[in-house]
Amino acid sequence: MNIVRFMLQNHTQVLELTLEHLWLVGVSTALAIAIGVPTGILIAHRPRFNKPVLASANIIQTIPSLALFGFLLPVPWLGARSDRLAIVALTLYALLPIIRNTFTGIRGVDPAVVEAGRGMGLTESQLLFQVELPLATSVILSGIRVAIVISVGLATIAAAIGAGGLGEFIFRGLAMVDDRVILAGAIPAAVLALAADFIVGLLERRLRTP
Amino acid sequence: MLAHMQTDPKGPAIEFHEVSYEANVVKILSGLNLKIARGETLVLLGRSGSGKTTTLKLVNRLISPTSGEVMVNGAPNETADLIRLRRGIGYVIQEGGLFPHFTVERNIGLVPKIEGWGKERIHSRVEELLKLVGLESEIASRYPHQLSGGQRQRVGVARALAADPEILLMDEPFGALDPLTRDELQREFMALQQRLHKTIVFVTHDLREALRLGSRIALMEAGKLVTALTPEDFLKSDDPWASKYVQAFGDGTASIVNRGGR
Repeated sequence: MNIVRFMLQNHTQVLELTLEHLWLVGVSTALAIAIGVPTGILIAHRPRFNKPVLASANIIQTIPSLALFGFLLPVPWLGARSDRLAIVALTLYALLPIIRNTFTGIRGVDPAVVEAGRGMGLTESQLLFQVELPLATSVILSGIRVAIVISVGLATIAAAIGAGGLGEFIFRGLAMVDDRVILAGAIPAAVLALAADFIVGLLERRLRTP
Repeated sequence: MLAHMQTDPKGPAIEFHEVSYEANVVKILSGLNLKIARGETLVLLGRSGSGKTTTLKLVNRLISPTSGEVMVNGAPNETADLIRLRRGIGYVIQEGGLFPHFTVERNIGLVPKIEGWGKERIHSRVEELLKLVGLESEIASRYPHQLSGGQRQRVGVARALAADPEILLMDEPFGALDPLTRDELQREFMALQQRLHKTIVFVTHDLREALRLGSRIALMEAGKLVTALTPEDFLKSDDPWASKYVQAFGDGTASIVNRGGR
């Protein structure tokens, strides 16, 4: 119960850090979608790019997050602001699931349906927007869902470089050896991850092709 | 709408001049010469891998020939506007190739819609087409997965006819149907063709279907055109491949011959 009391006593700070956290996750996910979906479409249509692109995204994924934050610190424009740096790092991590699912989703569209559309005289962009993307939507969304859940967790580490977010509580609690403070960061982060998972999951089911 | 494509109303609808097609150094089609007249139903008959689907796809340029020339309505295919060319040719494949995320109405109305038709016009065209292929208009709001195989195939035909193309390409359209539904659709196909007089290129490996529907049968084997004959001549032909086919399908083939004239 004293965890709840602690969080209530510090509710303004909990709220503030939660919003910071959401900001980091939201902006990085939006960027990752803006880069990842077109990249996924590109490699689905140009098979010779798919191996190098997916391999690069995979390699980024294997870099430990703390190390990636550290690597990016000396980069001129990036290192200037820690939230900027955190957003770039989180974007890089979110790319793989989004690119891979967009690629899989588009490649998974029945080739007979695509060929029928092409044979009917749809242009390549009509084919993409009317046929391929709608049919791949639920697979793409499940990639975005994975990306968000990963980001919510990873964003806690952004506090290590001073980018804020719920990680502040976690690192502070670790330093103070105070579980209440750690949990004041961990619980809202877990709730955020579950909520995001639920909302995108709902969207995914609604947009699933009949 | 597609009137500019008719350069010579009396000339053949489709012509193949020495057409060859290779994919990854494998010869799939070699030296094809064939003229398809307006209003005829030419059946491409042959085994799997004989090149009949390839021949079909050369017409709407889903593939381009390695050498030779394909002419549609007297104009070389290679220089035609690809999108206009395809919108002027109906294309039907097995199971219809319907868009699973579109209702029947949207499937049929897609080409009219991207051609800029108004809503009302599309709606009445869809109704008209559903009737034409023997479907109730209630079906318009359903999705393909809610239809039977025969209904899907009918919708596929309706969709191909939507913008009233002069040429129809049909790639084993009835191949996946049970024998009774297939028989029903073949009958309707014949009735439809008597009304519409489209130029139809029809791919099948079923000799009975070919004899029944075709005004001419083009037999293909190993990427070459063996012979192109009327159904009656096909049965009498002493060509070794043609007689092999007739033997394989056994007795009773003569009774199903299309004697529709032409």
